[in-house]
Amino acid sequence: MTTPKPVLTVEHLTIRFGGLLAIDDLSFEARTGDITALIGPNGAGKTTAFNCITGFYKPDTGRMSFHHPSGETHLLERMDGFRIARAGVVRSFQNIRLFPAMSVAENLMVAQHVALQRASIFSIAGFLRLPSYLKAEREAHDKARYWLAQTGLENDADTLAGSLPYGSQRRLEIARAMCADPSLLCLDEPAAGLNPSESLALNALLKKIRDEHKISILLIEHDMSVVMQISDRIHVLEQGRLIASGTPDEIRANPDVIRAYLGVEDHDELAMVSGGQV
Amino acid sequence: MALHTTRPDVPALLRDAGLAGFVAALLAFPLLGFELNASAQGITLNYRLLWIVYAAAIVFAGRLGISLALFYLAPQIASLIPKSGGLFARLSPHATRYSVGVIMIVLALALPWAGADRNLVDKATLILIYIMLGWGLNIVVGLAGLLDLGYVAFYAVGAYSYAILSTTFGLSFWICLPLAGLLAGAFGIALGFPVLRLRGDYLAIVTLGFGEIIREIIINWQVVTGGPNGIGGIARPSFFGLEMLPVATEGHTTFSDFFNIPFSPDQRVIFLYYLILMLALATNFFTLRIRQLPIGRAWEALREDEIACRSLGLNPTMVKLSAFAIGATFAGFAGSFFAARQNFISPESFTFIESAIILAIVVLGGMGSQIGIVLAAILLVGLPEWFRDLAEFRMVAFGAAMVLIMIWRPQGLLSHREPTLRLGSGGSP
Repeated sequence: MTTPKPVLTVEHLTIRFGGLLAIDDLSFEARTGDITALIGPNGAGKTTAFNCITGFYKPDTGRMSFHHPSGETHLLERMDGFRIARAGVVRSFQNIRLFPAMSVAENLMVAQHVALQRASIFSIAGFLRLPSYLKAEREAHDKARYWLAQTGLENDADTLAGSLPYGSQRRLEIARAMCADPSLLCLDEPAAGLNPSESLALNALLKKIRDEHKISILLIEHDMSVVMQISDRIHVLEQGRLIASGTPDEIRANPDVIRAYLGVEDHDELAMVSGGQV
Repeated sequence: MALHTTRPDVPALLRDAGLAGFVAALLAFPLLGFELNASAQGITLNYRLLWIVYAAAIVFAGRLGISLALFYLAPQIASLIPKSGGLFARLSPHATRYSVGVIMIVLALALPWAGADRNLVDKATLILIYIMLGWGLNIVVGLAGLLDLGYVAFYAVGAYSYAILSTTFGLSFWICLPLAGLLAGAFGIALGFPVLRLRGDYLAIVTLGFGEIIREIIINWQVVTGGPNGIGGIARPSFFGLEMLPVATEGHTTFSDFFNIPFSPDQRVIFLYYLILMLALATNFFTLRIRQLPIGRAWEALREDEIACRSLGLNPTMVKLSAFAIGATFAGFAGSFFAARQNFISPESFTFIESAIILAIVVLGGMGSQIGIVLAAILLVGLPEWFRDLAEFRMVAFGAAMVLIMIWRPQGLLSHREPTLRLGSGGSP
């Protein structure tokens, strides 16, 4: 059995903000068809890693290759954020970023901008409402309706995105990302602020995206009930470094992870960390 | 006064009115307190201290009166103003908005025949220029959310393009109109490039500077633009090749000769009115259409959240440049019409105050509302014209009207935004 190429390979990623080493020689990979989780304490550099992968930050060193299922390889560190999204790495945001004054349906249409813009041929075919454009538009509507149904927002299509309740806004962000046709869906704390039943629904949705739509997912999450139940592999970051990788069961038993999350117990280590001043 | 169980807090109201009176006195001291008398003996200075007292007293009484009126009438006023959406909320259903638009167009078409005199048609033409400019700037400010304080620069580019092409090469208005639009659009892109990274206040400052640069170039590039003297003798637009002149130039026929009617200058005024009406309506049609296209939605999405746009594969550079270019193109069209109507243009017509008025029209209209812009243009351009009888107090009345609108509708006259599509149970319209 040959293992398929990983969808994302991150090698020796390093980024520094002034004197702060936010990410220090981080290497990991996300396998195709997996849900890969990045976890770690606050300030570990998870979101920074995300911002590098999706082109919002330029790393100081390191290589990030994205392998599209079609066989193409994109070197993400050389690409603009919007080109990375076009290549198939689409993200959501920790602090939800919708288009609040636009309707839910419009949010999903903006996500399909690239395909629609191509169909509208410099807006000319669109302006003249040629059949080819109208067909593309209908397909876009159908896709939007499909993801509205998948995320349970079918009755909110024409409400303003900004007036949706918090949980619905989170789901809309996922629906919007899915409308942008990703091969790798990057979710930054999708379960933040959700109640337990909403978290369960999110688990089901993410599994469905992985199993039925064959889309790889990379997620940052604090909610362990989400991470442990749906992740295929977990990478643990602490202070910009990778301290552990493995399946949920391996991670749960890893002493480094426990130490990172629960704090240092050993007095000698504590002395070392604080420079021998204890 | 059965409604009120409480009595007004008289000392507080007096204090408030006193403060207002004090501020009025401070302002009146330099503004009203002195009078310059020019006589044969030279200039003498008169002190009018009594005027300061009058001003303070008027403001004191007025403030007290307003406070008391508000106190006793507030519930009645509140019940007059609907809670959300305002007076025009009931216009929001698509069909109603559509019919309001049709009624407005019919009224506009009928204006020259409904007993309107030449003066009124002329004013309406001026208002329509501003409506068109407002609709053009609305693409940049209202849809794409890029605060442009130098919009008049593109208006100037359009006007000077036509003026120069017409006087130098003798090209007709109908050939120059698209050329002027293209040139203005090119300037829009030229401005767009350096300001791509800027947003909000910073963008406003740079666009303001751009507007001034264009004006300075026009003033100083004497050979081409005629400098402060401007360009005169610009050809009038023709009606399908028929000239709107008393006597035809060589090789042409006049409108009046062709239809065998006596020449009257009113014909030209009415023709220009219809011309700008068509141009403005074309702008409106274009905007309404493009709002529903991917590029239009991308503009609005950019206004809402640029980072989210990038994460969905939208190229912010292209989105911004297209908004600048298309907005500028319409200013170019309006500019070439302006030059054709005026027959003469000079840099004085393209000062910052023009940009400010156009922006005020867009903001007052309700950022993105097409009908709102019409109302705002009528208010902002029409009012000062009709207030001319008030002579120097014209601008005071204008200012008062602005303040009232800002109190009554801080979000603009029509702030309702119609979604570009409906996917709900009813299906798309």
